[in-house]
Amino acid sequence: MKYIEEFRDAELAKTLVTAIKSKAHPDRHYRLMEFCGGHTHTIHRYGLPSLLPDHVEMIHGPGCPVCVLPITRIDNAIALANIPDVMLCSYGDMLRVPGSDQQSLLAAKARGADVRMIYSVDDALKLAQLNPQKNVIFFAIGFETTTPPTAFAIKQAEALGLSNFSVFCNHVLTPVAMDHLLQDAESVHLDGFVGPAHVSIVIGSQAYEAVSQKYQKPIVIAGFEPLDVLHSILMLIEQINAQRAHVEIQYTRAVSREGNIRSQTMMAEVFELRPTFEWRGLGYIPHSALQIKSSFAAFDAEKRFTLPQSTGVEHKQCECGAVLRGMKKPMDCKLFARVCTPENPLGACMVSSEGACAAVYAYGRSQT
Amino acid sequence: MKGPKLNIKHGCIDLSHGSGGRATAQLIDQLFFAAFDNQWLAQKNDQACFTVNAGRMVMSTDAHVISPLFFPGGDIGSLAVNGTINDIAMSGGTPLYLSASFILEEGFPLVDLQKIINSMAHAAQQANVAIITGDTKVVERGKGDGVFITTTGVGVVPDGITLSGHQARPGDHVIVSGHMGDHGVAIMSLRNHLQFSTSIKSDTAALHDLVHHMIATTPNIRCLRDPTRGGLATTLNEWARQSQVGFMIDERKVPVRTEVASACELLGLDAMYVANEGKLLAICAPEDSQGLLTTMRAHPLGLHAEIIGEVVHDPRYFVQLKTTTGGMRMMDWLAGEQLPRIC
Repeated sequence: MKYIEEFRDAELAKTLVTAIKSKAHPDRHYRLMEFCGGHTHTIHRYGLPSLLPDHVEMIHGPGCPVCVLPITRIDNAIALANIPDVMLCSYGDMLRVPGSDQQSLLAAKARGADVRMIYSVDDALKLAQLNPQKNVIFFAIGFETTTPPTAFAIKQAEALGLSNFSVFCNHVLTPVAMDHLLQDAESVHLDGFVGPAHVSIVIGSQAYEAVSQKYQKPIVIAGFEPLDVLHSILMLIEQINAQRAHVEIQYTRAVSREGNIRSQTMMAEVFELRPTFEWRGLGYIPHSALQIKSSFAAFDAEKRFTLPQSTGVEHKQCECGAVLRGMKKPMDCKLFARVCTPENPLGACMVSSEGACAAVYAYGRSQT
Repeated sequence: MKGPKLNIKHGCIDLSHGSGGRATAQLIDQLFFAAFDNQWLAQKNDQACFTVNAGRMVMSTDAHVISPLFFPGGDIGSLAVNGTINDIAMSGGTPLYLSASFILEEGFPLVDLQKIINSMAHAAQQANVAIITGDTKVVERGKGDGVFITTTGVGVVPDGITLSGHQARPGDHVIVSGHMGDHGVAIMSLRNHLQFSTSIKSDTAALHDLVHHMIATTPNIRCLRDPTRGGLATTLNEWARQSQVGFMIDERKVPVRTEVASACELLGLDAMYVANEGKLLAICAPEDSQGLLTTMRAHPLGLHAEIIGEVVHDPRYFVQLKTTTGGMRMMDWLAGEQLPRIC
């Protein structure tokens, strides 16, 4: 398969690993954060930690939109699903995330709530058209990758005059989160970032330049294939050795400096910044998330429905927060693999296929 | 039973077909007996008697609730026949007879039922296995997904052949009979919201003839299993637990069709966990693996067989994979349904 097999080639991987080993100074510890959960998944799925030298350490970042959604928002989604005549449409991963009291959308579905698993917001629009008697709510999550389709769906709903479609918006932003991580004095020390792939297709590499300059950290935007990640690690090590701090694009076959202008325009048309938003593990971050503009209020589930107050209590020993900040590894959590498993997830990091705990549990336990 | 002909073209199952009365008898005569047609069914008893040659008997049962009922490469009928034949075959035994019980939903079109029954008859005939007894029940509309079929099979295992999942030993080799993931992806291509046009067909097939040839050249095969639900990864994990061993598999050696791999990429699925219905996994002693491979590749159902890895000592019973990129990782039990990637 073009663009897939070439980027998984074992011989080329060996070449890159040899180059990494020769460029990485033996007496220096390189702490690199892969921001995006998709990269965490690639790293573990292809067994990259077993290929890298010990002093090149990959630290998992908070770039998993399922994982960073605070428990209060899950509780809100469950409350919306339980409203009579509501059909709540959600991506698969969100269905199993535990809310307060270990409730989940899947559990709500089993008790009679109309919860549908969909693959794209398009499916939710179609369901709204086919079911005029239902209030279809799309549970929108994701960084900038999934935000333009949500914006497009809202505009489509307006054009179609759909009165039974709305969005529960939980879209969050990437460069702001990176800034927050680096700003936090208690955060783990980082030497550089492997930057997200698909997010960058939308926002462009320029979106990271301010963060990179402010904190003097190199950021290399990597594709999702294992050779992309290895190549990006090499590029970061070369920058760190030369004491450079630039934004570079490794994923040249898809990412440009400007990004996708049309998507950016559409996002700006439909969404505006929330003053603040809670992130699991990172706390409240100002201007880090999006809400639907008042001109599209008819499609804003938070305006159409009353959301209950939720105290949102996490499991006491769940270390998702620390894992998301890179302060702890999944194995450092007392619950990991003992009580918290993919079958019985106690925190979001174990549910999502992009969560660090899920990735290490599924792929990495044999290497610990 | 003589009587008015069923209106197969336009007729449906109704509750009278399940009552055990005249309507039931007509349905069984004109659809089931007409297609399955053998000496046992011709006697019209509630049971079938048969003699067996010397050897141990083997029995297996499977319920089939697949949706959609018809898919590229087969249907619930051929699946029900081949699936149970394969479970028998994995013991090294020769499958001889099947029973088939049907739970039919009120309103199910007779023309579809006939297609399924004919498909079963064809699959059974190809496999030289007879469907000798059965049952039909009807449930009200909404209480069944069209049709559920349960098949039970019996066969005979030749003396000296013992295959079991607890026999794998460190050093043994693992062989797969062909491409992984065909059936599961063919099914998913039809499910509601996963519509994409593809040339992928289910690989449903009866494997007993392939097994017969394999045992002829390699009588002390340790284990055989067909990787159905949960795919290759699940079978290996089951064996790891049963035999109390670990596995080292080379991802580059596992054959997957390009179309199947592409579909899996699109959906964020892992072909290692996707169901197969016409493939088997074998574990044998290392000195036997080349000979076994040659035998398998000479058979139509084993043309793409490959040695994919080996059994190792591992007190944790982990299945490990050397990835296409050369790194090592675990291939764990499947957790829930496979969910596609979201961004």
